Amino acid sequence: MAQTDMIFSGFGGQGIQSAGRLIAYAGMLEDKHVSFLPSYGPEMRGGTSNCHVIVSDEPVGSPILNSATVVMAMNRPSMDKFESYLEPGGILLIDSSLINREPVRKDIKVFAIPATQIASDMGNLAFANIVMLGKLIKETGVVSTENFERALKKVLPERKHYLIPDEMKALKTGMDY
Amino acid sequence: MGEKILMKGNEVIAEAALRAGCRHYFGYPITPQTEIAHYFAKKMPQYGGTFIQAESEVAAMNMVYGAASAGARVMTSSSSPGISLKQEAISYSACAELPAVIVNIVRAGPGLGGILASQCDYFQATKGGGHGDYRMVVLAPSSVQELYELVVEAFNIADRYRTLCMIMGDGMLGQMMEAVEFRDSEDICEADKSWAVTGTGMKRDHNIITSIYIDPEVLEKHNQKLQEKYRKIAENETRVEVYNCDDADIIVAAYGTVARIIKNVIKTAEKEGIRVGLIRPVTLWPFPTAAFEKYAQVPQAFLSVEMSAGQMVEDVRLAVNGKRPVHFLGRTGGMIPTQKEILEKIREILK
Amino acid sequence: MAIVFQRPHALRDTEMHYCPGCTHGIVHRMVAEVIDELGIEGTTIGVSPVGCAYNNYLYFNCDMVQAAHGRAPAVATGIKRVHPDNVVFTYQGDGDLAAIGTAEIVHAANRGEKITTIFINNAIYGMTSGQMAPTTLIGQVTTTSPFGRKPEIEGYPLNVCEMLSTLKGAAYVERVSTHDIKNIRNAKKAIKKAFQVQMAGLGFSIVEVLSTCPTNWGIDPVKALKWVEEKMIPQYPLGNFRGKDLEV
Ligand SMILES: Cc1ncc(C[n+]2csc(CCOP(=O)(O)OP(=O)(O)O)c2C)c(N)n1
Ligand code: SF4
Ligand SMILES: [Mg+2]
Repeated sequence: MAQTDMIFSGFGGQGIQSAGRLIAYAGMLEDKHVSFLPSYGPEMRGGTSNCHVIVSDEPVGSPILNSATVVMAMNRPSMDKFESYLEPGGILLIDSSLINREPVRKDIKVFAIPATQIASDMGNLAFANIVMLGKLIKETGVVSTENFERALKKVLPERKHYLIPDEMKALKTGMDY
Repeated sequence: MGEKILMKGNEVIAEAALRAGCRHYFGYPITPQTEIAHYFAKKMPQYGGTFIQAESEVAAMNMVYGAASAGARVMTSSSSPGISLKQEAISYSACAELPAVIVNIVRAGPGLGGILASQCDYFQATKGGGHGDYRMVVLAPSSVQELYELVVEAFNIADRYRTLCMIMGDGMLGQMMEAVEFRDSEDICEADKSWAVTGTGMKRDHNIITSIYIDPEVLEKHNQKLQEKYRKIAENETRVEVYNCDDADIIVAAYGTVARIIKNVIKTAEKEGIRVGLIRPVTLWPFPTAAFEKYAQVPQAFLSVEMSAGQMVEDVRLAVNGKRPVHFLGRTGGMIPTQKEILEKIREILK
Repeated sequence: MAIVFQRPHALRDTEMHYCPGCTHGIVHRMVAEVIDELGIEGTTIGVSPVGCAYNNYLYFNCDMVQAAHGRAPAVATGIKRVHPDNVVFTYQGDGDLAAIGTAEIVHAANRGEKITTIFINNAIYGMTSGQMAPTTLIGQVTTTSPFGRKPEIEGYPLNVCEMLSTLKGAAYVERVSTHDIKNIRNAKKAIKKAFQVQMAGLGFSIVEVLSTCPTNWGIDPVKALKWVEEKMIPQYPLGNFRGKDLEV
């Protein structure tokens, strides 16, 4: 049975929740079972934000993760908190524009992407999360780019659909990095 | 069935209520269920219904009392501290036999407590949080899809028996997003509501909604009538999921989101050669005693896993009735039992 | 100069959790300065609300009690009747005081309960992420008035000071604001007088402070201050409503 357990984490405002939701939506469009669990409450205020996303061939058991196969960390506190959650052989994706430390673990695969820098070069900081997702999709194959694009259409409000071509470009940049 | 959409549990509750014909919602904000109110605030005008943010939960539940008296399908929602404030009107509504749906997205208590997931309101919901000999149906969904189906069902049960129906979830279920598939239309029970206050129109004798019966003989009769109704509900509306229980080494009792964790445990335990069964009460009241009686002699032991200090375990013990030992594992404060600790407990029990 | 920014003794050396640009913190500081100036830290007992200030018991150095949502004036009444010679204050938001706790505040005022209430009017529920408050302005968009507050559906903004000033037990009632330095100075004066009224045993005292919630208003802190000045003050005129000439 294939199941991908993912934790997304970063500052509030980095698009962490929407990154998680996009993967969950795309997973659903692949006819997989999915769950998305956000962190909630006052801790979100200004602080870190995270979510747990599961994409599975079978009905999802617990939506809360005590360990993960993929961690996407977009700031230092997130990496500090969630690196230890990874199972051996798991994938750690970090935004190296904002995180300057080396991972402690030696038994995981690490991908450092200067996503914030790339997004800033593209002229829209809000794409940093999408750049990260590009790498995530490339390395895990958890969803297809086609379904990711379909998910964008579902998740983004109509008035933001004009951004989709650029979002897909950001995704591609992340995939190719 | 329509297409699958990814939706938050809290929003599904509101959407399900609208689909079930609920056009009146009264509530007061509280984490982690406020998205229910946000959804109604946005959608109710389209349906020509009422959304009111009341001045308090006390007021909100009394608005429910009024709207239900007037014959409407009506709902309120809150989380633990707010549900405590509703207890007065809950007791009055139960006595006056008013149909309504109450949602409790439970958070960790007691007191102001915390906002994370918990099941610490089991006693309050199933044993009568308000005063008097009353019961209400308590439904405990464990997925977003089931949340939808049980909210619709709750309105039907409420109308069919003139009873309160509570949906009891937790912060996790309210906040999580999962795929949900809505039906094209709902089976809505058309209940007789000739008892409701609508104005006599000078065509019938007046209707009275009341919960006061000063004469003890009359009040006892009324209580007997209520008890008879509760007996009927227990007979017809008890729901339970029994999973993997034949030949189980141990049977776990768990409801709501905790039951999902147990399903993971079942898979992992299988690899170690331990057969774990699950009895998941879907109705917490009426409690599915029969399911426990049926399997009472099968496993070596029972284990109740809860996000509480030990509440449902009392009902499990009553149902198993001494035939097997009944163990307990609970976490409180918003802590969630992990697969690992549940497995350890199971190994320890079976040693 | 450094002396100006010294932390008042009544304020603990703890980082506050409020959002950037939120004026809750400024009001805490003013209350603490007043407690210092009156030399009452050792006899003061504060009551924390349910709202963004729920854990301000961590910030004040005096004894503190955390109350249920809206019930602070009742809790304060209990404390004051046990310790009539102590100074007792509540600190409450507009959801806490003017929605769920309306009965408690009205009756504490009407009994002339010798307590002081600091009332933070930010026209919204901050803590629970931006729902309509009784003080929300007409037309203001919130998560539970997504199309703007409409009087025919949600009624009118509640002017608490005007309402309480009809009660004989309310000795001192004043509304102040935090949107600029001059107003902050006035606010502190009013807070001081409110405590003095209590200490003189004259009755109930309340100071309503117009405050910002940039986070849930969805604007930056500077614009938020402007919004207080331009939008809130016309609905909530500043000034004294009762007890202006009390000698304290
Ligand atoms: C009985 C009860 N109902 C609801 C809540 C949820 N709740 C917490 S804070 C709050 C409103 C706070 O708003 P306000 O008093 O205006 O304070 P602010 O955060 O704006 O300073 C609510 C409704 C609660 N804790 N208890
Ligand atoms: S949510 Fe609003 S009231 Fe609460 S701390 Fe933030 S700015 Fe202040
Ligand atoms: Mg407020």
